[in-house]
Amino acid sequence: MNAITETAVNEFNAAQVRKDFPILEQKVNGKPLVYFDNGATTQKPIQVINAVEDYYKHYNSNVHRGVHTLSRLATDAYEEARLTVQKFINAKSAHEIIFTRGTTTGINTVANGFGRRYLQSGDEVLISTMEHHANIVPWQMICEERGATLKVIPVLDNGELDYAAFQSLLNPKVKIVAITHISNVLGTINPVEKIIQDAHQVGAKTLIDAAQSIQHHEIDVQKLDCDFLCFSGHKIYAPAGIGVLYGKEEMLNEMPPFEFGGDMIREVSFEKTTFNVLPYKFEAGTPNIEGAIGLSAAIKYIQNLGLKNIRQYEENLSEYASQRLKSLHFYRPIGDASEKAGVFSFLINGTHPTDVGTLLDQFGIAVRTGHHCAQPLMHRFEIPGTVRVSLAFYNAHDEIDYLIECLQKVEKMLA
Amino acid sequence: MKSIAAIEAEIIEEFDMFDDWMDKYSLIIDRGKKLPMIDAAYKTDEYLIKGCQSKVWLHAAPSADGRILFMADSDAIITKGIISLLIEVLSNQKPEDIATAKLDFIEKTGLREHLTSTRGNGLVSMIEQMKAYAAKYAQLKS
Repeated sequence: MNAITETAVNEFNAAQVRKDFPILEQKVNGKPLVYFDNGATTQKPIQVINAVEDYYKHYNSNVHRGVHTLSRLATDAYEEARLTVQKFINAKSAHEIIFTRGTTTGINTVANGFGRRYLQSGDEVLISTMEHHANIVPWQMICEERGATLKVIPVLDNGELDYAAFQSLLNPKVKIVAITHISNVLGTINPVEKIIQDAHQVGAKTLIDAAQSIQHHEIDVQKLDCDFLCFSGHKIYAPAGIGVLYGKEEMLNEMPPFEFGGDMIREVSFEKTTFNVLPYKFEAGTPNIEGAIGLSAAIKYIQNLGLKNIRQYEENLSEYASQRLKSLHFYRPIGDASEKAGVFSFLINGTHPTDVGTLLDQFGIAVRTGHHCAQPLMHRFEIPGTVRVSLAFYNAHDEIDYLIECLQKVEKMLA
Repeated sequence: MKSIAAIEAEIIEEFDMFDDWMDKYSLIIDRGKKLPMIDAAYKTDEYLIKGCQSKVWLHAAPSADGRILFMADSDAIITKGIISLLIEVLSNQKPEDIATAKLDFIEKTGLREHLTSTRGNGLVSMIEQMKAYAAKYAQLKS
């Protein structure tokens, strides 16, 4: 580690960074806000808010169309955002970056395009038990349409993927393996690099749902060698309604588009329409311009903090949270994988998650409760839902202490 | 038999004794713990009002003198506590009174924001269902 990074690590100060997030300064129900719902969405730093405001104040215009100055400025900013994303995930070229509405749209685009192009009757699609509904239902629909079969990799009791089962499910009929990098419920970090290699061995393509990992881990799509990867802007400190679908150029070229109209058209007559080149082929209609600009600002913001520094701080905070939570006698964790992110799903013995969440809200603590759009996983663990605490780098150790204190009070009230 | 308005007034008074919402929640939780369970026969999908977060079971039946008796349960204790308030106010009342009840106590106790902010808990649908049942029964009677 060189001197500069070392200083940066030492200087990574949650209290200081926290000041970039205006929303965190408020009180909720008379108590200082403790925001532990980062898995659902992250808060936005002032740098992102300013970038979006600047766009609307100074150069709001439609992209790729006008000859006028504002349109050129908007187009430049939109395309510059694409380059920012390309460098961020190390894609080979900028046209492998498709702007979407979010992870869900990205997966739907692939399920439809890949499915119509490659899936035949008798083929198989592999997902896992820990997938979000967004990485289940699109595959279910396309499998039904194409006569293919959806197969599911089971999850072990500790929340890890059953890797042996995955290997035994792999066979030449599997055309694609679509799997989450980090489970939004269990926090399990899946060994995606190995999964991708093993899938490729049998000729299957791979889609990685990076919705929960892009904001915590450095991702290099060329090193991973995944065929597709999706994430959402709003989970990486950017605005909602913008997301990214990365696809290898040859895959994206082969796939038919999913939505039609606007930028994705090259030429239209009533007899025949030809489609635009990548990436525009998959960007129908006027895109979310301010979203892309906000996403670019968000990526630059975390690059400036340093993803390594962020990861180091978050791992430290997660370890602290894990130890403190496990010290509570009534704490029942759901998911305790050896490779785990700062996502803690749990139950308090004998209570319903929604009761715990409602009372924590009275203490100013925002957590998520419910099935987290992962009902099959809830069935797997035979639970109605969980309370979920998900951390970000603006969270602090004293917020964990406060959570522990409040959980003890909540348990007493509900017991 | 107390009127709906009289019972509501009692509940408002009960809640007014506490300033802190945590104390009000303690009250709701205590009520939830005391709520008589619904007969197992009615804790089935047929009587289920499915919310996003917690489940509510509701059973309604007319009494011998033409009033309506409600029984309910939930898998979440706070939801159950709020249910107990609704049952106390609306059960064993005349169908026409239930159907037209304004349920001011929800506003006046401050429960409104807690009801609407947790729409997923099935309570809003529960009130609708209680009233719909009463309206239907009132119509049958006339």
